[in-house]
Amino acid sequence: MATAITIPAEREHYLNKEHGISSWLLTTDHKRIALLYLLSITFFFFIGGFFALLIRLELLTPAGDLVQADTYNKLFSMHGQVMVFFFLIPSIPAVLGNFLVPLMIGAKDLAFPKINLLSWYLYVIAGIMMLHAMITGGVDTGWTFYTPLSTAFSNTHVIEAGLSIFVAGFSSIFTGLNFVVTIHRMRAPGMTWSRMPLFIWAHYATSIIQLLGTPVLAITLVLVVLERAFHLCIFDSTCGGDPLLFQHLFWFYSHPAVYIMILPSMGVVTEIITCFSRKRVFGYKFIALASISIAVFGFLVWAHHMFVAGMSVYAALAFSLLSYSVAVPSAIKVFNWTATMYKGSISYSTPMLYAFGFIGLFTMGGMTGLFLASLGIDVHVTDTYFVVAHFHYIMVGGAVMGYLGGMHFWWPKISGRMYPEGWGRLAALIVFIGFNLTFFPQFILGYLGMPRRYWQYPPEFQVLNVLSTAGSTILAVGYVLPMVYFLWSMRYGKIASDNPWGAAGLEWKASSPPTTFNFDETPVVTWEAYNYDEIPTPEEVAVER
Amino acid sequence: MSDSPATMEHGHSPALRHHFVDVEQQRNAASLGMWLFLATEIMFFGGMFCAYLIYRVSYFKEFAAGSQSLQLEVGAANTVVLICSSLTVALGVRAAQMGKRRLLVMLLLLTMLFGLTFLGVKAYEWHREYKEHHVPGFGFDAKNLIEEHPNLGIDPQHAQVFYSLYFAMTGMHAIHMIIGVGLFTWLTFMAWRGDYGPEYYTPVENAGLYWHFVDIIWIYLFPLLYLIDRKPLG
Amino acid sequence: MFNNFPLWPTNASTIAGDVDALFIFLLVVTGLVSIAIFILILFFAAKYRRRPGIEAEQVEGSTPLEITWSIIPLGVFLVIFAWGAIIYFHERTPAKGATDVYVVAKQWMWKLQHEGGQREINELHIPVGRDVRMIMTSQDVIHSFYVPAFRIKQDVLPGRYSYTWFHATKPGTYHLFCAEYCGTQHSGMIGQVVVMEPSQYESWLSGGATSGSLAQNGETLFQQLGCTTCHRSDVQGRGPNLVGVFGKTVALEDGRTVTADEDYIRESILNPGAKVASGFKPIMPTFQSIVSEEQVNQLVAYIKSLGRPATGVAGTPIVGSPQTQPQNPKVQ
Repeated sequence: MATAITIPAEREHYLNKEHGISSWLLTTDHKRIALLYLLSITFFFFIGGFFALLIRLELLTPAGDLVQADTYNKLFSMHGQVMVFFFLIPSIPAVLGNFLVPLMIGAKDLAFPKINLLSWYLYVIAGIMMLHAMITGGVDTGWTFYTPLSTAFSNTHVIEAGLSIFVAGFSSIFTGLNFVVTIHRMRAPGMTWSRMPLFIWAHYATSIIQLLGTPVLAITLVLVVLERAFHLCIFDSTCGGDPLLFQHLFWFYSHPAVYIMILPSMGVVTEIITCFSRKRVFGYKFIALASISIAVFGFLVWAHHMFVAGMSVYAALAFSLLSYSVAVPSAIKVFNWTATMYKGSISYSTPMLYAFGFIGLFTMGGMTGLFLASLGIDVHVTDTYFVVAHFHYIMVGGAVMGYLGGMHFWWPKISGRMYPEGWGRLAALIVFIGFNLTFFPQFILGYLGMPRRYWQYPPEFQVLNVLSTAGSTILAVGYVLPMVYFLWSMRYGKIASDNPWGAAGLEWKASSPPTTFNFDETPVVTWEAYNYDEIPTPEEVAVER
Repeated sequence: MSDSPATMEHGHSPALRHHFVDVEQQRNAASLGMWLFLATEIMFFGGMFCAYLIYRVSYFKEFAAGSQSLQLEVGAANTVVLICSSLTVALGVRAAQMGKRRLLVMLLLLTMLFGLTFLGVKAYEWHREYKEHHVPGFGFDAKNLIEEHPNLGIDPQHAQVFYSLYFAMTGMHAIHMIIGVGLFTWLTFMAWRGDYGPEYYTPVENAGLYWHFVDIIWIYLFPLLYLIDRKPLG
Repeated sequence: MFNNFPLWPTNASTIAGDVDALFIFLLVVTGLVSIAIFILILFFAAKYRRRPGIEAEQVEGSTPLEITWSIIPLGVFLVIFAWGAIIYFHERTPAKGATDVYVVAKQWMWKLQHEGGQREINELHIPVGRDVRMIMTSQDVIHSFYVPAFRIKQDVLPGRYSYTWFHATKPGTYHLFCAEYCGTQHSGMIGQVVVMEPSQYESWLSGGATSGSLAQNGETLFQQLGCTTCHRSDVQGRGPNLVGVFGKTVALEDGRTVTADEDYIRESILNPGAKVASGFKPIMPTFQSIVSEEQVNQLVAYIKSLGRPATGVAGTPIVGSPQTQPQNPKVQ
């Protein structure tokens, strides 16, 4: 177990307080549960990444030559399901959120520690079901489970995969529920709503989506399973059902789910940019409000996934218009981050490099979202590689960059050790280059008309596909590197001080790593968030010493 | 479990968990948590209500005919049973607040009895529908519906959609009832041990909220499924 | 490998130019804004890099600035929305008098049939310079009819018709893709659209051996299935007289009204009880699982042809003599 690390045991903290497997498997400490999540989502990230590499290798040549068509279909289906439900959705909330939400608001733990542990067990059960479905033959419906393919035509393990995601959904619901209650009820004295870090606002918005969106996916998957197993007739057109109803219900969750992935990442980036610019955040209220409005508007745009699905023209017009309403708060955030850097004192530490990468990639992802929300263009590029590139820019370029940036930023707090800075910057650079090389060509492929989920393709698309595959190998290196040096640093890294970045935020007032109940005394907050004018930089601290 | 020994060290209420400041905060948190959970449950059933609404508008004839094939009296009686169980559970919360242990146990048992009665009656109804070939996927046919309403032009497929939703919705509701009965079994045991009193009755209160929610779902399901159109359809 | 490396798709329909124009507009606008943001970030990062002794200067937020950068993007977005919506509206509104092609999609094949009865698989021959409308349905799962060179795409659903149309502007052979994932051989469900000069097209049409036009086959089927017993063309039988019904508004038994389009005819064949015409009893049996999707198409084509100027052989005046057809005014 990677967590059994040996930090010189002079001081008691959450890692060395208890030892042994059961002290981990039965823990109710939010920080330990965060580490359990870290291990499990990393596992699934590399499984999903392995599938992605196989997909890219298959697409190196136009002919379907590396794997069979069936295998290829299973690869991209399971890549999507694993990455979406077992990595991206839990990634930042369940790891960084779990670790940091109580710390940042000055609480001893989340409101319901046992439910928090239950969340993780649900995740593990769901993960085992998914692995079992994979090992016994996989599932080939795409991550979208479109009916009637999933209910009547696929002969793969749809039921098990569907139930697995159902269970994973409840894990996500309980995480969100815990966060909302914790943020409402457990804030330290003086920690008013307008003093909360924007990371907390982002998680609050995320949790609302988890609470209100996920149950709809759950019931939709139950209906799919019932229709497939017992021939209930709800989505099947051969007995009076409507397959479009499935799509509406599915996207009612699965579009807001994108914001479950990206909002926490935006929260992370806000923390990083303020810290490494030594600045109060520009437009605190607007960023907080933008998070909430993204969560709210996010529920009103789902049918923009269905412009060519057979909806009425007028419904399409309404959903296109509403889609632009989500773009405004996203734009506000980008402008505010940029403005925060103005007249700052900017250092290029690894987390900041990831934050730069995030803004760049998220901006491109968001801008191409404008193309897709535009009805006339969407008809041409939907279901092509343009869409694939777009959502990878948001969900990998955005969410994963934020996740990695956050992992580097808070690693000293989590492990009590510093990661090697040089390697960190190198990895950030590799990820950025690899990512763009992988996914930028896919925009062109999409506009040329290459449909997604194609196992073989016309030869004129090959050059761009080769570039994309080349990029994916670079990207893989960029993702493996941090895992290696994080593991290395747990033993050999420099001991981290309580506040190595000179950062604002209550979590940096706790020791590194924190004790089991985070603070020896409940802190009393008398300052606004991001009071960087009152906090010495690490350089100043070093000089004073 | 690091918090149970911790509670011993301090002098406060044994029910207060260490990470809360006081009992008040703990109770508020638990209550908010339960209400949020019920909000997710509303969304869960909301998906099916949405499907129901769409198909009811499109296939009204078949929905009305299907609705008439359900036994109104049985459904109505079951509704009464469920409302009674809501009353007993509400009284139970009161008993817990007042620290009346025996009364609480009795009321919880009574609630479970009502719940099980409801489930039994529901099972009887399902069995009847099975015998009439109204279960989709198990030799479904709409012959008797067509015979009953010869001039309506019943489409058997659309009728099948009605019964699919009927079974999905009542089935999901029944699963929630079973979970509720399971909860109450555990609560009864805890109440028998004397865990609940004026100081600490949050689990009873929250389980009660859950039970009321399940009741309310039924209060919607009953008219939506049994009372679509009860006048002669022709 | 490098001799065939396009960076821009072929433009071969009237819509394609419109889509490209909006796309280029968006590329320019989003490109400029993105580059401005990136330059600003790099500039700040360089200018305000951390230097000993120099502290950050705190700047409070600015509400006017926030409002500015909310309103201006919103205005730009509304322009993009309106422009895209106009194109979409155009894409979704087939011109009157278009040539119909019936499409039945199945795992993993496109089956197409022209009004004149010519059948094709995974290949569609159409003339340049004429509106062509696709009337599509699926036998199994959801597929999507996608011709990148025309910039059109439409999902094809089981149990209903979906439509798309285009007006080809350039002879040539273009990709036809299935764009909605449909199972194992999804990527094999491809074909080509062959756009021909009208004269070539005519000779292609006459070269294909057909056993009668769609409407003629539909008429035969209509008699074989005994539809004529109730749907009589001289007097009102037990079912409505279908002559001239296509395109009309039909009053229903329950008080609603519907337009008798392809979908309504299709539904009335497969689910006759769903929308019964006013004054009639719901006595018609369903023909689901009695007629195939292709046969439904033939029946629909026949009923559409009833009451048209040239009764019976509906295909002839439209398909047979394109020169006499007035050109669509929208042609560019």
